[in-house]
Amino acid sequence: MTTTSAPPEPPRPKRRVGDRIFAGSATGAGILILVVLAGVAAFLVSEAWPAVTAPAGDIPGGDGLTAYIAPLIFGTLLAAVIALVVATPLAVAIALYITYYAPRRLAAGMGYVIDLLAAIPSVVYGFWGIAALAPAMVPFYVWAEEHLSFIPLFAGPASATGRTMLTAGLMLGVMILPIISAISREVFSQAPALHREAALALGATRWEMIKMAVLPYGKSGVIGGAMLGLGRALGETLAIAIVLSASGGITFNLISNSNPSTIAANIALKFPESTGLDVNTLIASGLALFVITLAVNMLARWVVNRRADFSGAN
Amino acid sequence: MAKRIDVSDLDIYYGNFLAVQGVNISIEPRSITALIGPSGCGKSTFLRSLNRMHEVIPGARVEGKVVIDGQDLYGADVDPVDVRRQIGMVFQRPNPFPTMSIYDNVAAGLRLNAKKVKKAELDDLVERSLKGANLWTEVKDRLNRPGSGLSGGQQQRLCIARAIAVEPEVLLMDEPCSALDPISTLAIEDLMTELKERFTIVIVTHNMQQAARVSESTGFFNLAGVGQPGRLVEFNPTEKIFSNPDEKATEDYISGRFG
Amino acid sequence: MTTATQPAPGGTEQQGLVERHRQLPRFALAGLFAVGAVVGVLASVLTGFNLVLAVIYAVVLGTLSVYVASRSVEGSRKAVDRLVTCVVTTAFAVAMVPLVSLIWTVLGRGLRRLDGEFFNSSMLGVVGEGGGAYHAILGTLIITGLTALISVPIGLLTAIYIVEYGTGRLKKAITFLVDVMTGIPSIVAGLFAFALFAIFFGPGVRLGIMGATALSVLMIPVVVRSSEEVLKLVPNELREAAYALGVPKWRTIVKVVIPTAIAGLATAVTLAIARVIGETAPLLITVGIINGTNLDPIDGRMATLPVFAYYQLTQPGFPPEFAIDRAWTAALILIILVMALNVVARLISRFFAPKTGR
Repeated sequence: MTTTSAPPEPPRPKRRVGDRIFAGSATGAGILILVVLAGVAAFLVSEAWPAVTAPAGDIPGGDGLTAYIAPLIFGTLLAAVIALVVATPLAVAIALYITYYAPRRLAAGMGYVIDLLAAIPSVVYGFWGIAALAPAMVPFYVWAEEHLSFIPLFAGPASATGRTMLTAGLMLGVMILPIISAISREVFSQAPALHREAALALGATRWEMIKMAVLPYGKSGVIGGAMLGLGRALGETLAIAIVLSASGGITFNLISNSNPSTIAANIALKFPESTGLDVNTLIASGLALFVITLAVNMLARWVVNRRADFSGAN
Repeated sequence: MAKRIDVSDLDIYYGNFLAVQGVNISIEPRSITALIGPSGCGKSTFLRSLNRMHEVIPGARVEGKVVIDGQDLYGADVDPVDVRRQIGMVFQRPNPFPTMSIYDNVAAGLRLNAKKVKKAELDDLVERSLKGANLWTEVKDRLNRPGSGLSGGQQQRLCIARAIAVEPEVLLMDEPCSALDPISTLAIEDLMTELKERFTIVIVTHNMQQAARVSESTGFFNLAGVGQPGRLVEFNPTEKIFSNPDEKATEDYISGRFG
Repeated sequence: MTTATQPAPGGTEQQGLVERHRQLPRFALAGLFAVGAVVGVLASVLTGFNLVLAVIYAVVLGTLSVYVASRSVEGSRKAVDRLVTCVVTTAFAVAMVPLVSLIWTVLGRGLRRLDGEFFNSSMLGVVGEGGGAYHAILGTLIITGLTALISVPIGLLTAIYIVEYGTGRLKKAITFLVDVMTGIPSIVAGLFAFALFAIFFGPGVRLGIMGATALSVLMIPVVVRSSEEVLKLVPNELREAAYALGVPKWRTIVKVVIPTAIAGLATAVTLAIARVIGETAPLLITVGIINGTNLDPIDGRMATLPVFAYYQLTQPGFPPEFAIDRAWTAALILIILVMALNVVARLISRFFAPKTGR
């Protein structure tokens, strides 16, 4: 530790055996993570490779890998975007309510409940989606088909079971709601008290104080939280597999029974019965999902870190 | 037990940044040496280089010599851990271990090094150290209470007890009273004058009255200029520094005409 | 409430030193909201009653009446504030609806089979009524335990590396890759474990340990992230105090840093376990499901609670209602497990935190 790259290198001091062992194992664990991640990428690529090189006719569907994966990617993105659009404003409202509106004594308990909801296993959300949410949405779908069918999103025919893309997206929204609001709540509550008090001292109302001192400070945190939620929604598997009635094909029709599946749900549904090249194809689609979530997560980190410099936290 | 410290041509770096340059100083045993000077001039850095504590900051290193009774602290085969056992340190803010009781805090130096000590000996050591730090009467009935439950001044004396329990030869103190109220400060100053019978004490302080009250010799550190490394401007007996310093800069600083 | 900056359009009255704006009393606001709400309900009744529409009308009209009244009495700034309060509160209530409905549904349907038989019988030879999740509960405990056994040491050591030892490029790379790892979708982790074991055992392999491997990929980054945060909270002064006593670095970490952080570390590990115990997708493709009890994680398929719940719901057989009841009870037990772990984590952090008697 005494030395850096400075030219007249003094001899390294001897290190104790205990120190060497401990430092070695800690470093080893860190390096293991590098190896694992490299392994994830390497194994996925090696198992996906046969599907990439296979002739188009051998891939399920018979039109090649791109034609197989494209609708899945579309479905994944569509469901995740619906979830994000629904969840973000609500999550911000929850966070604001808990931090600045709720009675003090209730606020801590509410925050705790939200944290608990973030921990509920996704398969349980799937159960709720098909048992409670889907039937509850059916009347709306019928009404939407009657009155809104001029909008392509509501072209119909309306699903009688409610297992539509919109239901799946809403359910994903409910799932990521606790995640986004937990992060937003944290940044909102960290908004500097000095700024908040300064705003109030100038005679601002509560909303003006939030607009002046809290939202600008918390914006990057909200964006980061939304991106993390998006990452979670993209990778969500079984809840979608349970709720969505999928038949392939790219469509923006949100209320019908024929929807594109998502990558993760498709893998979960097909994998247990697949063999041979089908497995390779599924792994190739998994690789695509890996790349997409990776990109989203990196973007999220970048946004959060970039804004961190300007957040006034220091 | 107290020892003499000779520093010659000491340069201290953080990475490629030269923080302190060309310090030559001889610190007498069984005395208190105060280091004064404006903020950021390298007093604390210099103090920490005396027991190789600055090395915990990555990239920090020194050139030059620090010799304690003929032994070079920066010799090739010297383990910094051994150096720190000989040269204890007390920090700016009291930092008792929060997971340990008052008793365990004092015994920490031995316990943490897994020395096998008999219970009776350890009891004795704890009592001696706490008495040495003028804390025994205040805490003897609650040795098993957490150390963080004491007041700030008591915590600092607990830290001093912890430092002297390992029986070092030198005690370094980095602004030990800056986080304390005047009464606690007085208690620590009284303690220092008692401790100098047994230890060589070096203290960094921003409080010039404190330096004048407790120390035999005083060193004045200053920056050579903006962006320049800090250096030792003057080192003299405390009386001389405060009445008739050799350097103009020292006089300006002491009389408040600095800057 | 009291400001002296702007004369309110509604007029002001002098009271001592402070100018007081005219202000609506609390009960008036509540009353206004209620009046609006009642009008809304009436409107929906007149147009053919529908519970959802009634609530929407009520909230919208209630909010509007508060806004209008506030605007005419208290001025526009105050009115906007009141409007936002209504909107935020409404949004909060809206968001709570699905979450409450979820708990309600799972409780209502899961309680039916929450009986002794569910806990002490497997599905071996069960068609239709009866049966239980004994095998799946044990399987989940075994696989989660194995996962923790793999992930906790690796995760903790990595966090220690990042906080205490790491320097330069390797530290940056590892921190970055842990971030990347947190984003791995669970199904991809499952595929990884499958691909890894398929190389050695052939493509048809299903083992408990495969599931533990997949879950570890998900759990390690969670452990690293949260224990890293906890270790960073240990004040540097304590490390320096130990160094100054001549304590070697590794002993400082083991005897000072970790004991100081132990409550936070235990909480972090517990929450990480709660996070993976309900993971379904990776187990679906690596461990599969069986009807009997297999407690050996290196010998063939095992049953796990989430996968059990999934298959009971989606492939119930005939007659379906018994399997579906079992599925809901399994889901309820999963939620209870997760909640219990969260409560345990809370208790740990409350009771084992170092006592600062200030």
